[in-house]
Amino acid sequence: MVSTLTMNERHIALVISSFVAVLGLVLAASGRHDLLEPHGFLILLAGLAGVFVILHGYFDPEPGPERLSSYFDEPIKVGIVLAMIWALIAMFVGDWVAWLLAYPDFRFDAAWSSFGRLRPIHTTGIIFGFGGNALIATSFHVMQRTSRARLPDQLTPWFVLAGYNLFCVLAVTGYLMGITQSKEYAEPEWYADFWLVIVWVAYFVLYLRTLARRREPHIYVSNWYYLAFILVVAMLHIVNNLALPISIGSAKSYTIFAGVQDAMVQWWYGHNAVAFFLTAGFLGMLYYYLPKRAGRPIYSYRMSIIGFWGITFFYVWVGSHHLHYTALPQWVQTLGMTFSVMLLVPSWIAAANALLTLNGAWHKVRDDATLRFMMVAAVFYGLATFEGSFLAIRPVNSLSHYTDWTIAHVHAGTLGWNSMIIFGAIYYLVPQLWKRERMYSPALVEVHFWLAVAGTFVYVFAMWNSGITQGLMWRTYNDSGMLAYSFVDSLVAMHPYYIARAFGGLLFFIGTAVGAYNIWKTMQPIPAAERTQADLPVLGELSRPILQAGE
Amino acid sequence: MFKSHYKLERYSIGLAIAIIVVASIGGIVEIAPLFTIHQTVEEAPGMRVYTPLELAGRNIYIREGCYACHSQMIRTLRDEVERYGPYSLAVESQYDHPMLWGSKRTGPDLARVGGKYSDQWQVTHLNNPRDVVPESVMPAYPFLKETELRIDDLPEHLATLRKLGVPYTDDMVANAVSDAYGQAVPDSPQAKGVKERYGEATDVRAFDGDPGMVTEMDALVAYLQILGRLTDAAHKQEAVTGGIK
Ligand code: HEC
Repeated sequence: MVSTLTMNERHIALVISSFVAVLGLVLAASGRHDLLEPHGFLILLAGLAGVFVILHGYFDPEPGPERLSSYFDEPIKVGIVLAMIWALIAMFVGDWVAWLLAYPDFRFDAAWSSFGRLRPIHTTGIIFGFGGNALIATSFHVMQRTSRARLPDQLTPWFVLAGYNLFCVLAVTGYLMGITQSKEYAEPEWYADFWLVIVWVAYFVLYLRTLARRREPHIYVSNWYYLAFILVVAMLHIVNNLALPISIGSAKSYTIFAGVQDAMVQWWYGHNAVAFFLTAGFLGMLYYYLPKRAGRPIYSYRMSIIGFWGITFFYVWVGSHHLHYTALPQWVQTLGMTFSVMLLVPSWIAAANALLTLNGAWHKVRDDATLRFMMVAAVFYGLATFEGSFLAIRPVNSLSHYTDWTIAHVHAGTLGWNSMIIFGAIYYLVPQLWKRERMYSPALVEVHFWLAVAGTFVYVFAMWNSGITQGLMWRTYNDSGMLAYSFVDSLVAMHPYYIARAFGGLLFFIGTAVGAYNIWKTMQPIPAAERTQADLPVLGELSRPILQAGE
Repeated sequence: MFKSHYKLERYSIGLAIAIIVVASIGGIVEIAPLFTIHQTVEEAPGMRVYTPLELAGRNIYIREGCYACHSQMIRTLRDEVERYGPYSLAVESQYDHPMLWGSKRTGPDLARVGGKYSDQWQVTHLNNPRDVVPESVMPAYPFLKETELRIDDLPEHLATLRKLGVPYTDDMVANAVSDAYGQAVPDSPQAKGVKERYGEATDVRAFDGDPGMVTEMDALVAYLQILGRLTDAAHKQEAVTGGIK
């Protein structure tokens, strides 16, 4: 790690780490007797760890100038490993809380192990830990390859990766202790939010600097998506987290928004976190790795453009469909519904563009589980966006909202689309980055694929059933015009579905564990002679863009 | 159009600016008017603010993630109104930083649960839900009635909320600690001030059944018991509209 840094960068890294350590100490001191104190110490520890790591490798030889003629891939490798670690933790916790809904006492006799505190660990761990690290790692890879340029320096990528993971750790340890803003998918408190802004700015500047060095006149589609992801997430994060801490000695803050305005801001954030974190960024992944793996150019340049701008424009309007029939003014609900339906057009254009790219490569999809992961991801993307538009229609939403149908929908997206494309990308990347012929075991990739698909289906079908049953039971009237079922009746009816769901989640988790083992084995050292060649940022005969559109 | 895009995609800054502009429009159109149009939030002259004890309870509700399983937003649908009571009005959460409307009903809506059960029931239920509802999947919170409530920082809480527009008076901020104590210890000298500052109708009781110590259980139950009762605007509205919009 440190050996990739120049002497100068090592000095800057020392300064940054020391600064973080001091910051932690200040927070710990000002937050004495508050929940802020342990977090101050955690930040202090992170800073000291940074200092220690740098000093430990301080006298390692500096990287030579020959580094500049290769890509900078070390942070990508670490990012992939971190993504897999977060996946294991967050899926484990997710499945645990799933079992808790069937067997509520399947926990420790301690405050931290209750459903309400564990659930955000699952969501944050998956979205930000697993998804975020995968996005950062793949974006580092894609931005270099499509620009045919090396990252501009060695320190910033490490800073982004480490800083981002510090944010994630602060988030999940906070929930265990009871630190949360309660804003869905934006639970971390003010100091963690503040830190993320700093990391994010560094990330954005890094992206622009890499693009500025590119040896391709045109910026490839994937980068549009990654850019939209970085920029809009910054905007969402800052606005949604505007808050006033009760003092700098306390972890607690109050959001500046109240009531209905807060509801709108939260769902503007919430749904666009889906749009720009879980969709835009992941389409960036899809648009690079799928054509690469299939060995086919993207089907249509025009469809890429329409899809991209359609998604960027329409998505921002749709958050209010989370608030149908509530105290939110009706015109906002109607706008949200209308745009949600229109959103289907660019979404399906984006999905179709990916699937049509596979024309002429379907035999590869049959034989290659890695490509199949990506194909299934594109299919689930199409399905989930269709379902999303459907659920946003007011009368449909009157049935589905507040029920498990929403959970089914979200998991069709996160399991079927997000996880599948990440696994596809990782199985593409790992052999390449570690310079191996192929994964340690292609058979295990196949096993992982089928476990993931089976898990997703079991999960989604269970939640569809429970959600619709629930929704119908709540609104069923008996002959004398009274509500036919008590809430507890509906709860009892859920029990078998909750068991099935937890079982589906378990299958998916086991698949991930198999994947992690396979990746681990692939990473083990091999003799230099057996290593494959690294891909280099050469211009030469490749005057055509790396990924030319098909038309 | 595709030609000009072919040009745009050569400039990273141009692309970035275009993204920001295109992605801002929707948010601005939908969110900005909510702060100005006065129809967004109805009038409710008699509405009171949370007492320090209820506020502390609300923060426990947030801390424990109760909102992950419970909504506090009754929609304008017949079955919801019949099951849970008059549909929720925007004004009812006008002082809620943040709002807790929720998004999932693993458990029932709680917007109007205040007064539905006795304190005793709430305490038993929170201590172990399966003691009163055998089929329940709600977590047990036995530690709440063993844990002393932190009240020393409540003045800071109230002062912060006041900066954000919640109408706490100087008096309320200055007496936050004593009010929090007094509300849960009815025989104490501090109890009197609570009704003076927050109104005669304010519940002053040993919510957890034990006036000896002010616990987290006191605070949470005090909060649950006030849900839906800060104003009667929703009930008045129901009388006018017959319950459904
Ligand atoms: C895992 C989901 C879950 C969590 C978390 C949860 N609850 Fe519940 N809650 C339920 C379920 C299910 C019921 C219905 C069965 C019952 O009465 O226990 C319920 C019922 C209730 C009721 C009775 C409502 C009525 O009208 O009958 C109250 C009050 C309540 N919960 C409060 C809370 C509070 C306060 C918290 C946080 C400390 C909380 N719940 C956390 C699932 C949950």
